[in-house]
Amino acid sequence: MEWVIRFLIGGAVVSAFALLGDVVRPKSFAGIFSAAPSVALATLALTVHGEGPSYAATEARSMIAGATAMALYAALCSRIMWRIPISVKIVTLAGLALWLIAALAGWALFLRGSS
Amino acid sequence: MKVTMDVAALRGTHWQQYAVRFVLGGLVTLCAGAVAKLFGPGIGGLFLAFPAIFPASATLIAKREQQKKSQQGLHGTVRGRRAAALDAAGAVLGATGLVGFALLVWRTLSNLPTAVTLLAATVVWLAISLPLWWWRKSHPWRR
Repeated sequence: MEWVIRFLIGGAVVSAFALLGDVVRPKSFAGIFSAAPSVALATLALTVHGEGPSYAATEARSMIAGATAMALYAALCSRIMWRIPISVKIVTLAGLALWLIAALAGWALFLRGSS
Repeated sequence: MKVTMDVAALRGTHWQQYAVRFVLGGLVTLCAGAVAKLFGPGIGGLFLAFPAIFPASATLIAKREQQKKSQQGLHGTVRGRRAAALDAAGAVLGATGLVGFALLVWRTLSNLPTAVTLLAATVVWLAISLPLWWWRKSHPWRR
């Protein structure tokens, strides 16, 4: 049941921020909502309830590396899509590998072992 | 530049696209929880900033712009791709705000009620992202 609730809350929060991004203009401003804390809001509230605030705080600390990786990922996608005639779908999906590598590297270099 | 809301833009979105985003959001939230259970909160926390719907949103933006141009008898591929690039540029600013969100949650979650922490962190996310956007608009850099 916990997983069903997690799925529904996650879907609802992500959709709400995506809707906001759909209606605001200009596009560069709407893009801010593509990096909204939607998954974090849904997950952290449930995690505090299930695992306690200390566990959730550790997740938030790692999120710093994930968010930095997301900024790198979005910057690279923006630059490639502006300059190179390549499919948006390919750039954004292939770039997810960069996000994963950057996030794991950031965590391993700066956060693993520290508290 | 003025920020506006165009609710009519929602009419251009098919219900299936909303469903895709709901399912993607739900799945990423599930995955973030599952990764934390398997590998611990250190690795699981990375996925709290996973670009959950960015690929779907960017693709949708490019498609919409391309359709608009093709209705005028133009090709619109470059226009579509550049609209997605602008959205991605905004996402860089949003992601910078996410770093502030994460920092605040990390430092205060153990001391303050969860709802207060999450609300304050969301305000911090906006307080970082929005001024950055205005600053970026008044100081454009070359692409």
